[in-house]
Amino acid sequence: MTVGSPLNVFGILFSVITVSALLIWVERRLIGIWQDRLGPNRLGPLGLMQVAADMIKIFFKEDWTPPFADRPVFFIAPAIIMIATLTGFVVIPFAPGIGVVDFNFGLLYFLALSSLSVYSVVLAGYVSNNKYALLGSLRAAAQTISYEVFMGLSVMGVVMLAGSFNLREIVEAQRDVWFCLPQIAGLVTFTIAAIAEMHRAPFDLPEGEQELVAGFHMEYSGMKFGMFFVGEYLSVTLNAAMMVTLFFGGWLGPAFLPPLLWFMLKTSLVIIFFILVRSALPRPRYDQLMSFGWKVMLPVTLLNLLVTGAAVLSTQH
Amino acid sequence: MELFLFYLSAGICAVSTAMVITGVNALHSLLYLIVSLLAAAFIFYLLGAYFAALLEVIIYAGAIMVLFVFVVMMLNLGRQTIEQEKSWLNAKMWIGPSLLAALLLLELGYLFAQGQGTAIGQQVSAKQVGIALFGPYLLAVELASMLLLAGLVGAYHLGRPLERP
Repeated sequence: MTVGSPLNVFGILFSVITVSALLIWVERRLIGIWQDRLGPNRLGPLGLMQVAADMIKIFFKEDWTPPFADRPVFFIAPAIIMIATLTGFVVIPFAPGIGVVDFNFGLLYFLALSSLSVYSVVLAGYVSNNKYALLGSLRAAAQTISYEVFMGLSVMGVVMLAGSFNLREIVEAQRDVWFCLPQIAGLVTFTIAAIAEMHRAPFDLPEGEQELVAGFHMEYSGMKFGMFFVGEYLSVTLNAAMMVTLFFGGWLGPAFLPPLLWFMLKTSLVIIFFILVRSALPRPRYDQLMSFGWKVMLPVTLLNLLVTGAAVLSTQH
Repeated sequence: MELFLFYLSAGICAVSTAMVITGVNALHSLLYLIVSLLAAAFIFYLLGAYFAALLEVIIYAGAIMVLFVFVVMMLNLGRQTIEQEKSWLNAKMWIGPSLLAALLLLELGYLFAQGQGTAIGQQVSAKQVGIALFGPYLLAVELASMLLLAGLVGAYHLGRPLERP
């Protein structure tokens, strides 16, 4: 296990947080374009300063803690999602030589942290002592636990093909062909599971504005709400980076661009795809979401695992 | 350094487990239990069992404990239960468990004094775990899977929709 230099660590931390904050603006502009309107375009060039304005606004809002909430847990909950997603970036291999640690079980580490980030949503909803928030976090708990299973199963095909949990070795194993071709079923199931894990539209049932007001973060205001907000974009970035690493060859690409640029380009494309999905698809009903998970996703991931295992065995012997 | 980290995580583990037992608020107890599991995962990691450490986090801390929190949420234990739990935890009930725990502590001290069991183990890879599970311990894996299947069938039986007469 090798550890990157401090420059590496702080550079990654800074750029990841900046990208996630900028995503708020990117998402609003892109959805604006796709919905045939302008989106925020007034502040600064192309409306870029909107992010700064939102930040200032959110810092000056009253940070109110409801008297009926469980105070210590109410404070911890928004911190959990930030910490869990930010530490998830530790194992992402951005380019050769750029990355925080090179850990042999990087993929499992990512799965572990994404399963820990569930607590943020679940606890926030429960300790708010509000029935809409409670309903939101009940949905979040069941949804994320189910889709975590499929997320773990869908990446095991990649692990079989690469023969390693190490993310750098997985990228290196894609020199001949990116895993998005042999693992197309894995890619599709991973994408669906990732959207459900991030609880973004169309799977944003824990928030469900039309039925649950704002869902789990209903009682949160000021920067605590801001943490949930930025945390969501952080996990979008993390999952997009993970998808690029696992299925789209990470930093690999033709030599006319440096590896880091390839990685950033691919990650941005995946992020834009996530935003497109959000603006294009309607939200399913809750029971539809759960039965889709267990009746479609589970068999597909298991079949994919079976076929991949058979293919790997037959090519080895 | 490793020894210091070991004692640190072991200390966190012990303290948080104690908080689990003595806590009166069910949710706070569960949070301490999660911390305790994370500390145990850290100990596994320090011993070189990376795979076991990560599985501990994914399965115990990340999945099973979420279900526990889920159940606590569904039961919605309020102030009343906290009062009730407080009345259950009196000084007398500590005698038996503390005696047993003291015995274990003595045993541990004896083992340490012998100078054994303090070796930091070697690294265990995922492949070794797999070979061990599906080689010599295949029977145990199959038995565990049958147990899980029985649990699944039981849950399905309890959860099926009522038949209309």
